[in-house]
Amino acid sequence: MLDNTPKKDLKYVGKDVERIDVVEKLTGQALYTADLEFAGMLHGKVLRSPHAKARIKKIDVSKAKKLVGVHAVLTGNDLDYRVGLYLVDKYILARDTIRHFGEAVAAVAAETPAIAQQALDLIEIEYEVLTPFLDPKQVFDKKAPLVHPDLGSYSYVEAVFTPVPGTNIANHTKLRKGNVEKGFKEADYVIEREYTNPNVQHVPMETHIAVGKWDTGDRITIHTSAQSPFTVRNLFAHSFKIPHCNIRVITPYLGGGFGGKAGIHLEPLCCCLSKLSGGRPVRIQATREEEFSLLPCRSGLIYNIKTGVKKNGKIVAQKMTMYWDAGAYADYAVNVTRASGFSASGPYEIENAWVDAYTVYTNKPFGTAYRGFGHVEFSWGMERHMNYVADTLGIDPLEFRKINALRPGSKTMTGEEVVTNTGSVTKCMDAVAKSINYGKLTAAELAREKKTGMKIGKSVVALQKAPAMPPFTGTVMILKLNEDGSVTGSHSLTDYGMGTYTSLAQMIADVLRWPIERIRLPIENDTDRDPYDWQTVASKGLLLSGNAAILAAKDLLDKCYDVAAQALRAQKCDLDHDAEKVFVRHHPKSHVTYKQMAVGYAYPNGNAICGPIIGIGRYIAQGLTNLDKETGQGNPALDWTFGAHGLIVEVCEKTGAFNIIKVASAYDIGQVINEGSVRGQAIGGMIQGLGTAMCEGYIYNDKGQLLNPSFTDNKIPTSLDIPEEIDCIAIETPQIDGPFGARGVGEHSMIAVCGALGNAIEKATGAVLTHMPIRQENVWKALQSRSGKKATAKATKPAKAVKAEKPAKSVKAEKPAKATKPAGRAKK
Amino acid sequence: MKITLTVNGKKYQRDASETKNLLHFLREDLGLTGTKEGCGAGECGACTVIMNGKTVNSCLILAVEADGTDIKTIEGEAKNGKLSKLQVAFKKNHAVQCGFCTPGMIMSTRALLEANPKPTVEQIKQAIEGNFCRCTGYQQIIEAVQDASGQLKKKEGLKRA
Ligand code: FES
Ligand code: FES
Repeated sequence: MLDNTPKKDLKYVGKDVERIDVVEKLTGQALYTADLEFAGMLHGKVLRSPHAKARIKKIDVSKAKKLVGVHAVLTGNDLDYRVGLYLVDKYILARDTIRHFGEAVAAVAAETPAIAQQALDLIEIEYEVLTPFLDPKQVFDKKAPLVHPDLGSYSYVEAVFTPVPGTNIANHTKLRKGNVEKGFKEADYVIEREYTNPNVQHVPMETHIAVGKWDTGDRITIHTSAQSPFTVRNLFAHSFKIPHCNIRVITPYLGGGFGGKAGIHLEPLCCCLSKLSGGRPVRIQATREEEFSLLPCRSGLIYNIKTGVKKNGKIVAQKMTMYWDAGAYADYAVNVTRASGFSASGPYEIENAWVDAYTVYTNKPFGTAYRGFGHVEFSWGMERHMNYVADTLGIDPLEFRKINALRPGSKTMTGEEVVTNTGSVTKCMDAVAKSINYGKLTAAELAREKKTGMKIGKSVVALQKAPAMPPFTGTVMILKLNEDGSVTGSHSLTDYGMGTYTSLAQMIADVLRWPIERIRLPIENDTDRDPYDWQTVASKGLLLSGNAAILAAKDLLDKCYDVAAQALRAQKCDLDHDAEKVFVRHHPKSHVTYKQMAVGYAYPNGNAICGPIIGIGRYIAQGLTNLDKETGQGNPALDWTFGAHGLIVEVCEKTGAFNIIKVASAYDIGQVINEGSVRGQAIGGMIQGLGTAMCEGYIYNDKGQLLNPSFTDNKIPTSLDIPEEIDCIAIETPQIDGPFGARGVGEHSMIAVCGALGNAIEKATGAVLTHMPIRQENVWKALQSRSGKKATAKATKPAKAVKAEKPAKSVKAEKPAKATKPAGRAKK
Repeated sequence: MKITLTVNGKKYQRDASETKNLLHFLREDLGLTGTKEGCGAGECGACTVIMNGKTVNSCLILAVEADGTDIKTIEGEAKNGKLSKLQVAFKKNHAVQCGFCTPGMIMSTRALLEANPKPTVEQIKQAIEGNFCRCTGYQQIIEAVQDASGQLKKKEGLKRA
């Protein structure tokens, strides 16, 4: 731990502290990008493709250009620039080929949004519609049309990713641990099933927006709703070959992001339109509809899991094949594939593990980072599968999880050893099991069943996630001492809702022993003003920036001690400090206040020493490695946050309607920094997870056109959808290198809750669900096929039908695997 | 068309284009950017304001339809630099994360409390059903409204095992 302040001396850390950015948000005074006005600002609009795959035969913009009030019109022909995070595969505007429904084909900038729209309507365009590639499972079909025939010529991060030119595979992540074939031979049962997830939209309430200004001399200024200003700057600089120092990216208040705003999106287009308009600022604000297809979504996933297990419940081998439906561009999806590939088993020890994870290009809107970074999607399959295996063995699913849970001494899938301070997933499971009275129905619940005629079921699931980030991810915090003895911080982690800034301020306040009111961390970020941070993603912010904040506060104090030692003619070792001053411990009256030294200390006669005081804290992840490309072995994890959900559902067996009665969630977060924020992250993410579980998801027609790009047809949870009761529990096994022992929890609450819902519904009624989302009609359908059909389960005994390694083979999604009698009544 | 309306107790007179909605009129013509746009289609509630005592989605109303009305926006909630009781309750109960839904949320719950000073949890949920919040999961917002109406028994909290 980087700070050893005794717990009793902590005034802020671990307490419930109000957010430092709440007043401006409550009064409407916080300025988001859409609230900013710029002199001469033009409005940009984008023409989108109505086809999933097409060739642009002809595009005529002459009429649009002539329209009064139009300043710039661009098509792909004008912009020979590619952008890409890990694999540089995307033109700013489509050139010749359309690769997904909603792809940007042309853009205009005009004096008003209405004129811009009129100009778009004047663009004449002729498409040759082509057959799209839509099913990622067909990736090994040699006749499949290629989404990127030029894949072999793209540049990419070679140390980490493996694209396969001549196919639709943007990346193939492999993991090989132990001897999986031997493990299957030792198994008493081999159990296999497939689970699927559709594309899902992030739905930040603030849609993507950027204002770009490209001045003469290639000086660029961008105001944007991006999560990671330095990533925007970096990718912009690479695409346009402009020096980083010429590009200034400013992020005002951010209205949510959830990963959808992590990369670079509208910014290059705004800037190109600005350049063509003679440097006038150009603003593009995505409509809600555009959020669904012009901007990225979450990749779909088809997940096949084959588990070899002993009668006693110990998993001895597991083969996991992931087909990530990445859409038309690689964006973050290649890294989602990598990160979920190395934790695809969930928080369980798998001695012999084999993962093939494919990022598959398809002609669909492209996938990017989304809260959980692949873990929400695979945990749906894995947590359903854990119940399936347990049921087959006749072991209680919670017991089965505990038998296989990672514990001190176990090795993760990448071969990293778990130690006590990694945290405890078992404690999390126990806590939520207790909270929901797992394993039985209480008298009240039985009475409720009687009254409603519905069936009640319960489930406990477990989860884990480590930040997905380069092994060398670093950050800086700068604290500038002000004239009055307050400090203003400068750093580039962004806060798009999580409350991390408040947590950082709490830590700084406790190290300095100052009231939190004297610490200001401006919410807006500016790459010209603030020092580097890689990105604000991955739940790494609290740990890395927290350590940087502690170091900065200590550095600030150290510099204050230097001044005091000189001014008081004392040794630093004899000094101490409080909220106002640094003083000599054995002569407390002998002191210098922060005010006196803030901008340089002056003696009574006017002589001065030192200068303005600044504290700097730099921190970088330590001991992490790239993973071996062949075996997936290495140290990828800054920290593992473990967690568990317990869920109670009631289901109507006639209609398939269901209500979630209770969700209890527990996370081993090392040390609570802010109780209110932890609870906010826990509940917010859990409900977002339930959205994925219950109602969200893209629906396409067979031509690859998106049918539901709106809130009318793609519902997100409202206040009426939340569980009747919510319980949030923090377990605190300190993270040795975490700030005050803390680790991140931003994404974790969203993980695995989908599986909990599926399991609880099955427990209540016997309805078997393998596809998300679980809409009422899906439950109804599953209820219909419940009885009669005997399991087509691939539970063989002893294990022999080991499937071919070639994932080419299309494994049939299994229908009701196991028609158990309506469960739910398990009295223990 | 020339329109006259009262916003947060102040009278405004402006020329409003027939096609402009009230949301854009408030934001662009009156400079009141506290009211947010989340969908522009009447579905998310980010643009909620109170018009003649009732909540409306300002993106669905034309500015010219607001001629002669009395409107309240988020900018009118705090008085003399002091947060209202409702705002204080939101602050205390962590009912704000990114803040983008907050202005609309405050307007909906303000209207609720004016009509029903002691709403039940069910009534609170009903009142904010049209206000999407993607960050908080609603629970802490509901608690804030209970608190503002003097009904939160003990502050709900995180359990620490
Ligand atoms: S912006 Fe008006 S309801 Fe969404
Ligand atoms: S606080 Fe972000 S949408 Fe409600």
